[in-house]
Amino acid sequence: MSGARFAASGTGDSAVTPPGAQTGVRAAAWRFVLQRASAAVLAVCVVVHLASIVYAVRSGLSAEAIVARMHANPAWPAFYAIFVVAVAIHAPLGLRAIADEWLGLRGFVFDAVLALFALVLLGGGLYAVGALAG
Amino acid sequence: MRNHEAFMRMRQNDFRARGHAAWWAFLVHRISGFVLALFLPVHFFVLSQALSRPAQLNDFLAWTRAPGVKLAETLLVLALAMHLAGGVRLLLVEFVGWRAEWQKTALALAGAAALAYALLFALNG
Repeated sequence: MSGARFAASGTGDSAVTPPGAQTGVRAAAWRFVLQRASAAVLAVCVVVHLASIVYAVRSGLSAEAIVARMHANPAWPAFYAIFVVAVAIHAPLGLRAIADEWLGLRGFVFDAVLALFALVLLGGGLYAVGALAG
Repeated sequence: MRNHEAFMRMRQNDFRARGHAAWWAFLVHRISGFVLALFLPVHFFVLSQALSRPAQLNDFLAWTRAPGVKLAETLLVLALAMHLAGGVRLLLVEFVGWRAEWQKTALALAGAAALAYALLFALNG
């Protein structure tokens, strides 16, 4: 299957890209690549996160314990920063597909709303990592 | 009349497609993803309180131990585990290869792994 054919599935472009619209196809291909690349990163991040949830709950969940864990090793803040960047790419693209295919919401204004949501996730997530590691 | 027949045939195909295990996997993946996307801003806001307002965060964490909240939290963790398992399956289907005979096994494994983790979370600590 070609990239363009893939790009039309699950990325909210099935109804909006007319044949021959090169820019639309290219943008859809980029969304496809970003969605899958971020998914691959998230697959690793979520496994680590699920394991750390069980560990954190078992060893007593408190504000002090969370902060102490983030200070124990600089790899943790770096890991969660990567996690946040990947999720800020992945979640808005997923919402875009749902909105397009199920609600018929599409176009520049809705893309702008999703871009804003991506910034909220990126900013809020990195702020939380900074607050925990600071 | 021909249009009507075509429409009825399409509907029939549509319903048949929805009875398929892969369609349920698609639905679970979408709904879990939607729920997780809505939860994330709240999650980030709560965690950002850890250093500036630790007492408030500890009060919040104590509240999450109430049975109803713990149940909601378990469902959220189940959504995360299902989205992970379903996503890994999709990546394998798209980039490694699709075999019709593996699909039901892959779906069963993804569902079982997600449920096992949610159970571990519910019974943990």
